[in-house]
Amino acid sequence: MNHDAYDDNYIRSILNNVKSIAMVGASPVNVRPSYFAFKYLAQRGYDMIPVNPGHVGKELMGKPFVASLADIDRPIDMIDIFRNSSHIMPVVEEALKLSPPPKVIWMQLGARDDAAAEKAEAAGLKVVMNRCPKIEYGRLSSEISWMGVNSRTLSSKRAPIPTQGMRLSLNRTSFGGGQTAASDRAAKNKTETT
Amino acid sequence: MTDRLPGFSTLAVHAGAQPDPTTGARATPIYQTTSFVFNDADHAASLFGLQAFGNIYTRIGNPTNAVLEERVAALEGGTAALAVASGHAAQLVVLQQLLKPGDEIIAARKLYGGSINQFTHAFKAFGWNVAWADPDEIESFERAVTPHTKAIFIESIANPAGSITDIEAIAAVARKAGVPLIVDNTLASPYLIKPIDHGADIVVHSLTKFLGGHGNSLGGIIVDAGTFDWSKDNKYPMLSEPRPEYHGIRIQETFGNFAFAIACRVLGLRDLGPALSPFNAFMILTGIETLPLRMQKHCDNAKAVAEFLSTHPAVSAVNYAGLPGDRYNALQRKYTPKGAGAVFTFSLKGGYDAGVNLVSNLKLFSHLANVGDTRSLVIHPASTTHSQLDDAAKVKSGAAPEVVRLSIGIEDKEDLIADLDQALRA
Repeated sequence: MNHDAYDDNYIRSILNNVKSIAMVGASPVNVRPSYFAFKYLAQRGYDMIPVNPGHVGKELMGKPFVASLADIDRPIDMIDIFRNSSHIMPVVEEALKLSPPPKVIWMQLGARDDAAAEKAEAAGLKVVMNRCPKIEYGRLSSEISWMGVNSRTLSSKRAPIPTQGMRLSLNRTSFGGGQTAASDRAAKNKTETT
Repeated sequence: MTDRLPGFSTLAVHAGAQPDPTTGARATPIYQTTSFVFNDADHAASLFGLQAFGNIYTRIGNPTNAVLEERVAALEGGTAALAVASGHAAQLVVLQQLLKPGDEIIAARKLYGGSINQFTHAFKAFGWNVAWADPDEIESFERAVTPHTKAIFIESIANPAGSITDIEAIAAVARKAGVPLIVDNTLASPYLIKPIDHGADIVVHSLTKFLGGHGNSLGGIIVDAGTFDWSKDNKYPMLSEPRPEYHGIRIQETFGNFAFAIACRVLGLRDLGPALSPFNAFMILTGIETLPLRMQKHCDNAKAVAEFLSTHPAVSAVNYAGLPGDRYNALQRKYTPKGAGAVFTFSLKGGYDAGVNLVSNLKLFSHLANVGDTRSLVIHPASTTHSQLDDAAKVKSGAAPEVVRLSIGIEDKEDLIADLDQALRA
């Protein structure tokens, strides 16, 4: 599996099929990227579970924080890890002990641990690294185009009208896949030099 | 649904646009409104806090402008773009994200005269210093690097003489210095050159020229290549440090590889204010749909006119990179094989007076200070665009007294040649 660039169909199938997402490292502080992503994904209809031992007893968008993945009382489809690359492996090891295990491990923008990815893939999980599910959802639905972002998708169909809580169609025609060639190259160079 | 990269012409027509959600309108509507209603207080707070994608106020973003932004980002191969009121506004907004008083940029000496003025006078008053370097001597860029250098700025095809810049060589200098390379791609347009493929980190345009293409609407744009790591040291605090304007958000951490375009929008455009009119965005979008057709015709006509002038008895020299003997011909074949652009200069044996006479004798060419119009244009830089430079600077920037600049339009080339011939003989 090439983790430098992802085919859009790979990301699309994940975002179209997962229903519940546990966010490890979710923050109740409303300027943190994890808060942005949690809120956006909850508003787009995903069943979100905030995981952060430092905030047990608090709620995020009405969802109570849990201390660890083991404390979640229902099966979860995807684990979105909002931690630095050096903290990924223990989370993946914990995820693999769940029964049933999750279907997807997603590491946030800036986070990458190839050994942890290999371990999860060996157990049959799908892995995404160094991407944000909010950005990818916004991109594949072209909602992010409001910000002048190159969604790398085209459509000749009438656009949906985004309303609160609505799941947008992610099934537009893609081109290139993932990010742009130049930004992928830059990310790869950065990985190789750090 | 395979991931297949459409061609340039398909992107020029489709990228960023889709039928309107409410009416089904196929052409992009002109959303001529200052503001957009919020769903509720939480939606408003989410938009102001940069948590949600959406529209607030046309000074920050507009749906018509957003189509233009995504289209140019797609054509350039960038991650995102921001449209602004003019090419000059684009340069202002870009540098505001990168420079603090006392910082420097290194700029190619061969630039549009208006940019030379902007950098020399307006930016200097902000405490942003410019070090000039010679694009024909790459070492001059290396020598200009200091601890205060924050960016390098060049034009891909340089005004006024249509010279071709060795983008990859200068990109290597920028990488070594740890600063972004900004390329003004106005005269080439992404149809001829895609600077991001050659190492540019930021591309700017005057949309007023070939992209809009019809000489009817001002506009500028900033394209983020998504290639520069703004947080690797503390040189670019606008992108790497918590922003007090947004309760401590760090722009790169939050927006990843389109962070620069977001910074330009929410820190630059929001606070400096040079927003593009949605009507202008619509006119420019319409122009871009035919960019590949027009640009090829511009180039083919320009080559025919340059060839004609190169053998004319009243002409002492033609600077057109598409001519086999031109000093930039090798770079042209490398960087812009489809054509050398449509803006170039030539020199008259009769000097300054002959230049003034030629301009007044032309009947089809319009004497004005623009380039990249469907119509053919002529100007005598020494008495107009570059008149504020001293004589030495005029020569260095390619605007000596005997030099005339042409911007070749998309008329029939035979008519353009006949007009030049009668004016040169008059």
